[in-house]
Amino acid sequence: MSNSSAGSVHVVINGQRVDVSAGITVAAALLNTGESSFRSSVSGEARGPVCGMGVCYECRVTIDGVAHQRACLRVVADGMRIDTAAVNVR
Amino acid sequence: MIQRAGPDAIVVGAGIVGAACAATLARDGWRVTVLDREFAAAGTTSVGMGHVVVMDDSPEQLALTAYSAQLWRDLRPQLDARAEFDACGTLWIAEDAIQLDAVEQKKATYRAARVAADVIDARELREAEPGLRDDLLGALLVPDDAVIYPPGATIQLLDLARRSGATVREGVDVREIVPNGVRCGNETLHADIVVNAAGAAAPALTPGLPILPRKGHLAITDRYPDLCRHQIVELGYLTSAHAMTSESVAFNVQPRSTGQVLIGSSRELVGWDASLNHAILGKMLARAAQLMPALRDVSIIRTWTGFRPATPDKLPLIGRWDPVPGVWVAGGHEGLGITMSLATAEIIADQIAGRAPQVEAAPFSPMRVLSQPVEGATA
Repeated sequence: MSNSSAGSVHVVINGQRVDVSAGITVAAALLNTGESSFRSSVSGEARGPVCGMGVCYECRVTIDGVAHQRACLRVVADGMRIDTAAVNVR
Repeated sequence: MIQRAGPDAIVVGAGIVGAACAATLARDGWRVTVLDREFAAAGTTSVGMGHVVVMDDSPEQLALTAYSAQLWRDLRPQLDARAEFDACGTLWIAEDAIQLDAVEQKKATYRAARVAADVIDARELREAEPGLRDDLLGALLVPDDAVIYPPGATIQLLDLARRSGATVREGVDVREIVPNGVRCGNETLHADIVVNAAGAAAPALTPGLPILPRKGHLAITDRYPDLCRHQIVELGYLTSAHAMTSESVAFNVQPRSTGQVLIGSSRELVGWDASLNHAILGKMLARAAQLMPALRDVSIIRTWTGFRPATPDKLPLIGRWDPVPGVWVAGGHEGLGITMSLATAEIIADQIAGRAPQVEAAPFSPMRVLSQPVEGATA
């Protein structure tokens, strides 16, 4: 992993620079910062992590511009851009 | 419900073609009963793309699709959100100079049929669809083409039929169409007319109809709003669609109202084998990624197959079937059943009523098959 220090890394959540613990998942980072709505469903309802192990796909977020990344399977990295609810009904 | 005193009509099949026939006949005063062995839109209607598209594989096809596309636009105010009617237009894209010439010819053909069509150049195409390969030379834009969600539209056509007094019976397995009636289980239902709108299953009920199940694969992506803004088709699509014998793929994508992108298309004649053919699916997706590189990095969440009801001469079968009294056929639309459904219904209603249809309907008469050699026959 790029973040060898046991301390924290900087990520950018919805344009805001935030310090989060190194080595945790994006899902954990978002929940720790109070973000429970990760994305919106087809009908516009808020969605967030359910299974925490990559199966339910409910926790998808946009990471570094790539949509539909499962937040529970990705570990935070320094400078990572995380965008929630980037997918909306047209 | 309105009780009609008019003559009885049975429509076999609650796909989009049967639903359109039911709505139109009920409007004309027929006492309509729709029968489906499963449920509304359970067959080909629910597994296709949902084009409302003008096609010019033949003059007859052009006339019928242009007429039916206009009927869809006329119906649009009566459709609600379930139909997902999106007037996104179609882009027929040109990869080389030969195809760019073909685009100009296509424009002339469409305009001669009073269908709006404009050629856009390479720069305009890049602005219109940034996800496409950036070395394409241009495209024909057919702005009035649309995309709909066929099951949603079918359910609303059946609602229209019910409001005119029609009855829809699901789970009724018609085994045979007989003179002025149908047999289903122990029951025989009688009617003044029977419309066979059973899609790819139509020949099982009316032997002699040359309709074959032509398999297709589709894939749908996760939601990527704005990745695809028009229905986009490669110019070679008609070549692929026209050849009846070989398996083929052709690039065809559609934006859905959810932000998903529906990716087609493939064609195979393999009977009723519905299994995924990974080789042809792979070819289809490779072709899509080649023309639309933006699709390389997307998640596909589902793939499936379906069967188009295909005829040897690439035209649908619409009209009276003389060998069995009282029987009419509305089928064989291959991949254009959504587009052609409304015109099919009007033609049948006009012919039954003794009115002249809005388009020349003789080329669609199912009676033509009795004088045609069966493709592939060795006799």
